Amino acid sequence: MITVAKELAPHKKTIGIFSFFKENYTIIGFSSWFLVSLCSFFSLKEHNYPGTYFLIWSSLFFSFFLFLLPFLKFTHNNRIIKFVFLHIRWFAVLGFIIFFWEMVTAYAKLLPLPFFPSPQAVLNIYLTDFFRLSESVLSSLLILVPGFLLGSFLGFFVGAAIGWSKEIHYWLHPVIRFAGPLPAIAWLPIALFIFPTIYTASVFLVVISTAFPVAILTASGVSAVETGYYDVARTLGGSPYFLLRHIALPSALPQVFVGLFMGLGASFAVLIVAEMVGAKAGLGWYMEWAQGWGAYANLYAVLCLMSVLFSTLISILFKVRNHVLNWQNDGVKW
Amino acid sequence: MVTLPLSSQNTSPHGRSIQIRNVSHFYEHSSGHLTVLKNVSFDVAQGEIIALLGPSGCGKSTLLRLISGLETPTGGKIGVDGVRINGPSPDRLIVLQDSYLLPWRTIKQNVALGFEARNLPIDHGQIDHVLDMVGLLSFSGSYPRQLSGGMAQRATLARALVNNPDILLLDEPFGKLDSLTRMSIQNDFLKLSQSRTLTTLLVTHDVEEALLLASRIIVFTPRPAQIVDDFVINLTEPRHRDNRDFVALRHNILEALGHVF
Repeated sequence: MITVAKELAPHKKTIGIFSFFKENYTIIGFSSWFLVSLCSFFSLKEHNYPGTYFLIWSSLFFSFFLFLLPFLKFTHNNRIIKFVFLHIRWFAVLGFIIFFWEMVTAYAKLLPLPFFPSPQAVLNIYLTDFFRLSESVLSSLLILVPGFLLGSFLGFFVGAAIGWSKEIHYWLHPVIRFAGPLPAIAWLPIALFIFPTIYTASVFLVVISTAFPVAILTASGVSAVETGYYDVARTLGGSPYFLLRHIALPSALPQVFVGLFMGLGASFAVLIVAEMVGAKAGLGWYMEWAQGWGAYANLYAVLCLMSVLFSTLISILFKVRNHVLNWQNDGVKW
Repeated sequence: MVTLPLSSQNTSPHGRSIQIRNVSHFYEHSSGHLTVLKNVSFDVAQGEIIALLGPSGCGKSTLLRLISGLETPTGGKIGVDGVRINGPSPDRLIVLQDSYLLPWRTIKQNVALGFEARNLPIDHGQIDHVLDMVGLLSFSGSYPRQLSGGMAQRATLARALVNNPDILLLDEPFGKLDSLTRMSIQNDFLKLSQSRTLTTLLVTHDVEEALLLASRIIVFTPRPAQIVDDFVINLTEPRHRDNRDFVALRHNILEALGHVF
């Protein structure tokens, strides 16, 4: 009987303090963020700048938002509220982490300054240095986006040609085999004198860091297609172009996206290093500049900004992938 | 095109005759030639369903690939209605043991592949008709991974039939299915093949399947394949596995295959 089976199933009930934590996470989140707000308020004497005010009000707002969350039944279809509910334990703990960070830096002063600034000092950078930060983001994206797109197309077509044609494979495979493992950044000194500007040199570096993994994975994807698919299409009257366009390339797409993912990661690295070395703008330049001035709060601020920016770019790539490969329900997850 | 001095030309809209003359075939191997077919000759009349039986690996699948035009025999000639074949053609369609349905296409889009391959307008009415015939109309929007093995083979059959081929080449199409699914798809295939005149060559190593479906059974030796025996099947319809003549024929065929001692 079904009811018996149900009763026999083990109860997933935790006990004591753990069950309190699990069932009352909104309350815990409320108290942790309220502590952050309170703590920031009492730090105003020493930290009287916009970042502190921002932290006081935003954490206060968020703590009350968490407090009211269980009562906001009518908004349960809202995407933001769903997201917060899904990650509620993370949000609750995040409050404690920031509270701990504040205690250690702004109050106890256990960590040496200026290397470990307080959270309000880091937040303050976003408010006071907003213009320069957004300029840096824009400047980095102007290298990254065209370089990545160009490298993707180049890698895709070269890879498809290598995978499709034995002759092209014969000539290009050794080149890729030997030049591919070179880290793209190793080309920097050469790129700097070949290309007229540091901008074009940086774009070139992003192009090659994307093109190599995309080419290798596209080629392997195209050459891994089972001949049975070609046999079927050939008997149905398909031309070689039809076979390439409708069988080889679509079946290589899952591999192509793995290559794009790898290429994007590699181009982040090459972008930051290229900007640190030669550029006058961009996120890498900003880091270099902040370090030179000993402005460590700026360094942490730009680090957080970079992680948000880059993970957003990867999320966009995965959105595109899931849309293109909607027939596939497995593969790399992000 | 070379005209073979064989049987008379046939202009029937469905089903064509096939002439196989002294066909030999070998594969290049690291250690020399691997001969898989040796001087195989036989004729297939229009509308016949011929089962090719033989021990596994004997080269009967190779013969099917040669008739489909995917490979060219290293010796001998293959003709359709007396005209020597030259490469693959949508008139001669092959159905393989694995379905090879494109996983990114829905079943309907997979069945439409033949129209697209030849740049023809997609005949949606015909596709729906064929999908209905194989019992997959309600799955036309599904992806191949959502189909069972038997359904995938039905879809493969539909992908071939929608192009109105004259000759159907079946290479162990039901080989990987469980026995119940196989029985039901065999029955459906029987109905299908009676509703239209197709010349069919069926490679199988299932003697009962051959006896249920074929009008003629050709038995091959182990590799390199040569013809041992040629049975014309005149069983009373509908054929039944327990029928006395069926059992007797089964015995004779197994004997020809060398499996009765």
